[in-house]
Amino acid sequence: MMLANPTLVVLACAALLLMLAVVAVGIGSRHAGGTIIYGATGGLALISLAAGATQLLGGLPATGIALPLGLPWIGAHFRMDALSAFFIVVVGFGAAAASLFAIGYGRHEQAPLRVLPFYPAFLAGMHLVVLADDAFSFLAAWEFMSLSSWALVLAHHRVPDNVRAGYIYLVMASFGTLALLLAFGLLAGPHGGYAFSEIRAAHPSPILAAWILVLALIGAGSKAGIVPLHVWLPLAHPAAPSHVSALMSGVMTKVAVYGFIRIVLDLLGEPAWWWSMVVLTLAGITCVMGVLYALMQHDLKRLLAYHTVENIGIIFIGLGLGLAFKAYNMGWAAALALTAALFHAFNHSVFKSLLFFGSGAVLTATGERDMEQLGGLIHRMPQTAFAFLVGCAAISALPPLNGFASEWLTFQAILISPQLPSWGLRFLVPAVGALLALSAALAAACFVKAFGVTFLGRARSAAASEARETDQLSLATMLACAALCLVAGILPGLFIDALAPVVEALAGARMPAQVGVEWLSIVPIAESRSSYNGLLVFLFMVISGSLAASAIHRLASDKLRRAPAWDCGYPDASPATQYTATSFAQPIRRVFGSVVFRAREQVDMVLPGDPGPARLTSILHDPVWETLYLPVAAGITAAAERLNHLQFLTIRQFLSLVFAALVLLLLVLALWP
Amino acid sequence: MALITDFAVQGAQMLIVLLLAPMLTGVVRKIKARMLRRAGPPVVQPYRDLVRLMRKEVVLAHSASWLFRTIPYLIFAATWVAASLVPTFRTGLLFSWSADLIAIIALLGSARFFLALAGLDVGTSFGGIGSSREVMIASLAEPAMIMIVFTLALIAGSTQLSTVAGFMESPAVGLRVSLGLALVALIMVAIAENARIPVDNPATHLELTMVHEAMVLEYSGRHLALIDLSASLKLLLYVSLIACVFAPWGVAGPGAGVGALATGALAYTGKLALGGLLLAVFETSIAKMRVFRVPEFLGAALMLGLLATLLLFVSRSL
Repeated sequence: MMLANPTLVVLACAALLLMLAVVAVGIGSRHAGGTIIYGATGGLALISLAAGATQLLGGLPATGIALPLGLPWIGAHFRMDALSAFFIVVVGFGAAAASLFAIGYGRHEQAPLRVLPFYPAFLAGMHLVVLADDAFSFLAAWEFMSLSSWALVLAHHRVPDNVRAGYIYLVMASFGTLALLLAFGLLAGPHGGYAFSEIRAAHPSPILAAWILVLALIGAGSKAGIVPLHVWLPLAHPAAPSHVSALMSGVMTKVAVYGFIRIVLDLLGEPAWWWSMVVLTLAGITCVMGVLYALMQHDLKRLLAYHTVENIGIIFIGLGLGLAFKAYNMGWAAALALTAALFHAFNHSVFKSLLFFGSGAVLTATGERDMEQLGGLIHRMPQTAFAFLVGCAAISALPPLNGFASEWLTFQAILISPQLPSWGLRFLVPAVGALLALSAALAAACFVKAFGVTFLGRARSAAASEARETDQLSLATMLACAALCLVAGILPGLFIDALAPVVEALAGARMPAQVGVEWLSIVPIAESRSSYNGLLVFLFMVISGSLAASAIHRLASDKLRRAPAWDCGYPDASPATQYTATSFAQPIRRVFGSVVFRAREQVDMVLPGDPGPARLTSILHDPVWETLYLPVAAGITAAAERLNHLQFLTIRQFLSLVFAALVLLLLVLALWP
Repeated sequence: MALITDFAVQGAQMLIVLLLAPMLTGVVRKIKARMLRRAGPPVVQPYRDLVRLMRKEVVLAHSASWLFRTIPYLIFAATWVAASLVPTFRTGLLFSWSADLIAIIALLGSARFFLALAGLDVGTSFGGIGSSREVMIASLAEPAMIMIVFTLALIAGSTQLSTVAGFMESPAVGLRVSLGLALVALIMVAIAENARIPVDNPATHLELTMVHEAMVLEYSGRHLALIDLSASLKLLLYVSLIACVFAPWGVAGPGAGVGALATGALAYTGKLALGGLLLAVFETSIAKMRVFRVPEFLGAALMLGLLATLLLFVSRSL
């Protein structure tokens, strides 16, 4: 009976995860506690992954379950339709990979009791958000997910930076949940129909719908990391232990994307044309800003977190295009755009998890997150380096890996948009296309830097030169993720077809079936228009590469001699003469950073004959933080300063204050129409 | 039978680009030398260089990793595949639909990604300077190229190069402002992508002026031969691309007979020679610019591409 109902299976997994959180309090401090807990979470995640995949691929009808929990007159509703099933697959895969990785990685945890109980709870929260079928359970699960991940961010709470990260995360998460609360309040209307089925049946007025869109963008967007609401993300994601960072960046941001899709594309009804303008503008800015911020970083995990911001931008470009096409009843085009967005969401969850695992392995091996202290790790950790390289190539959208397949689909969706009747969109979409192309090129630059400075060259510190390869289980996880990057890249047709039921429910149309296409290519619209075959490109590259290799080794010389580096005749023994992350980004900092971050370089040269060092200082300003957040923070501080006087009133003044407040409130009540 | 012919033509294309690529480089060098009143090396000198490099032993730095030794093959594979997918003497090749223009650009992007990594692998300052400048140039050249692709795709209704070439040959094209802008932008991008003057100088080893040469400084022997061959292939690819999109005359269509194929091959050789001549004339008549002037140069290409795309979004006939 259980097997017949995947919704129930996933719900049971979530319940067991919650129980596991309680168990973890008991056994977390034991020697084998981590292995048991992570093994169990991994197993449960695999079961929910299987259930989600069954629902998605089997095309089963969605069944709802109502539990007598929560508010007594509502109960808690859970339901898994195609959209939820897809995101359950994303969550389940990410959770299973992170758990497997953590079995090895978690052994190095100093305070396991600060991680183990919250980890299953966090997973349960993400499952429940995706399953929720009424506003109350959605918000409760959302807040549960936020709070449990907040506890994980503070796992290493003695590091001062982490405390700040936790504080900012808490403020932003509360702010986001407040926005979602208001959005659902407006959706439910004055009669309070909180079940999603009731919300779907009600059609809010255009003005109300606009407010709901803005609130959903703030609520889900702040969790996903849309600029300018991203500020907490690059602080909080790196602060957590690496497997949790992978989950937060790879999976929790996708749950936020799910929240946005659920509210705006499902519950809110027919979109107006200008919604897509708002979404596309924000998405384009998010893309480019995310990658530019990332280029300026030299902390490996923070760089990865900023790239999450960029990829969320790419996903939202797809969603924005989907909204635009849907508003003009171009279902087939909306299907292409939404498929691109969802496929990229899946791909990003795979390669971002892989990259965070890699950074975790580096952190365990060297104790360093700062790239300026690393280097040469490819010699010490060859397998980790290989897996990380695949992840870097995938996120840089290089063929034949999966990042390219989904970005290619996004470009194809952009190329349909001249058929849109709206002039505003016709001007906006090419600009967004340019921003997408720019961010793709900058992402490649950034990952040349990330991989090159961390793994290539010579070791810049003793820790890096004595690093040891990470454990087998972590390696297996990373290599499995890398293999999936390749499979999704060379067989994208399978994934596009699997997404068809999701897209059909959202856009009312689906992309043409890809499985029957000759040679397993993908053809989004028509073959004369565009087609891509990752498999053939991959095979071509393998064949021509090995042809060249075998021809050269047979016909030409295969002699090899090791010698000191040439370096134009001036090799320097000191590894400090290598390019660092900061110097690598210097040309880009000068070209883009001088505009965006008002970057300046200050050179202090010493006088001739003075043996002291010359200094180059580069000064950057964070435009978002300085123009948006600092004034608000200053305003709150100033207001608190003023209100502080109220603490020191006499009893007579207090009483008159209370009296005045009472009179004022009564007056308002009396004058209320 | 048709499949066998298609295979043969596809194979011929792969061989032709591979064999002609060093020739193009040699022709450009020879013309440049003649314009400077030097005798210059013979046109076949690049082939001799390749053979000699292949015979020599590889001298590998102590700090070079396995990636450094793999990268030449990766770059060669990616560039060769990309070059064999651009129509040269015949459109509608057997595998032309396996990658459209966006994928071809991305394949070249892969090659560049790995070349930039190779620059960082040994851990010398010259390699780093080359890589960091290369990615700066690419960060503007790639979006400019994508904008050009957008322009062509909007005009021809396809990102498939064979379809684009077919459309460009038809009378439906007419004279368009956007095409002119795209052509100028494409030439600018091609110059930057192939490390030619005024962006980079292929003939220099002066540390402050080099980008491409700095990245490959640590390569020797067969590895260097592969990298040089890939660079020649890339130059050939860009000339073929410009020829097939903006001068598609004489290209044989799918299912063409032997006569049409011969005409196509002849026309293609002519176009390559003309492309090489124009490049050599352009390079001798201009000075190299400072590295930090390059972003302005490529920014102009990006803006031209964006303008061309915008024009087409406004009206399909511009």
